[in-house]
Amino acid sequence: MYDGWKILVGLIIGVILLAYPFWPDAEKWAAKTPEPELTAKAQEAKVCVEPKSYIRTQHMKLLDQWRDSVVRDGIRQYENSTGKVYDISLQNTCIECHSNKTKFCDQCHTYAGVDPFCWDCHIEPEENM
Amino acid sequence: MGIKRRDFLKLAGLSTLIGLGGKTAFQLFAPGELEASIKEVPLTAGTKWGMVVDMTKMDEHLMDKCIEACHRTHNVPKIENPKHEIKWIWKEAYEHTFPGQHHDYVTEKYENRNFLLLCNHCTNPPCCRVCPTKATWKREQDGIVMMDQHRCIGCRFCMAACPYGVRSFNWGDPRTMDEALNPDFPTNREYPTRAVGVVEKCNFCAERLAKGQYPACVEAANEIRKGALTFGDLDAPDSEVRKLLHEHYTIIRKPELGTGPNIFYIV
Repeated sequence: MYDGWKILVGLIIGVILLAYPFWPDAEKWAAKTPEPELTAKAQEAKVCVEPKSYIRTQHMKLLDQWRDSVVRDGIRQYENSTGKVYDISLQNTCIECHSNKTKFCDQCHTYAGVDPFCWDCHIEPEENM
Repeated sequence: MGIKRRDFLKLAGLSTLIGLGGKTAFQLFAPGELEASIKEVPLTAGTKWGMVVDMTKMDEHLMDKCIEACHRTHNVPKIENPKHEIKWIWKEAYEHTFPGQHHDYVTEKYENRNFLLLCNHCTNPPCCRVCPTKATWKREQDGIVMMDQHRCIGCRFCMAACPYGVRSFNWGDPRTMDEALNPDFPTNREYPTRAVGVVEKCNFCAERLAKGQYPACVEAANEIRKGALTFGDLDAPDSEVRKLLHEHYTIIRKPELGTGPNIFYIV
């Protein structure tokens, strides 16, 4: 192998660069993951429409499905995994508890670099927190 | 001998998939369990909603009240420029309401008065046929010509196709309209506004019907004068609208086009 040491050094540097975000103490240097804040009402309710882990990872899918369900199929109620029925509405049902949009929705979306257009039409809650 | 070309490609494909996010990638392509979880709750009782407008009971004040009720319920802003104006329900002269029926000797009673106009929720709606994204469609369950603002791309084909001019385009963001004309906009915080670049129109108050309420205009009209606007199921022979249609001679807008309007006028 010609110039073998150059290749090896390059490879090592490359591996280090690629792997550093996954090092155990990477969190120290990275921007801190924002934690969504819960309003008193949300804390009191304890549960969202589905378990927290599900909502965390799947809320965008659920909202998309809710949207199609109401607008396209005219189904305006949602029965969750425990059998409780909710009115399907971002603007009314979700916001009833999560009335702190900036601290609940926006800060994570900004962190993750996503820009959902929900609030172009749906009316934002009047925040009094 | 080294690795075969075929094996190399397989390996490369698999590592790409794992590289793309491992477990998440597999979850992404796996069919969702979500679809099954929505419980079907029946929407409304009617299968073909329609309305009878009794012009003998209508006057300017009453029509204004209907318009106000509708536009406040659905966050429709007031816009001064008639080219940009947005209207779900509005007033129009006889000549423009029933252009085919107009002649030189129409009785003054009708010649000089306004009629109340809204989406006809046609049986055979031309707007739905031309929509390239199915953002507007005829709802099979109850016959409402619906609008899905999430899908509308603002091409305005539907506006060209509608022979009744019931559709309006949002040339600007409805939230940034003249504050002097819209002091308390949005007027209904339970209903969304629209965004710039989408078409909108009357939805027969689908959101109110789902709650078992009458459309906002019907409610407002009947508060002032009973029977000015009557809403009901055209498929039910004993419904109030069918009784009215049975008892009175009624006309519809531009019947010659074959769109089958479901708004009937008693004159």
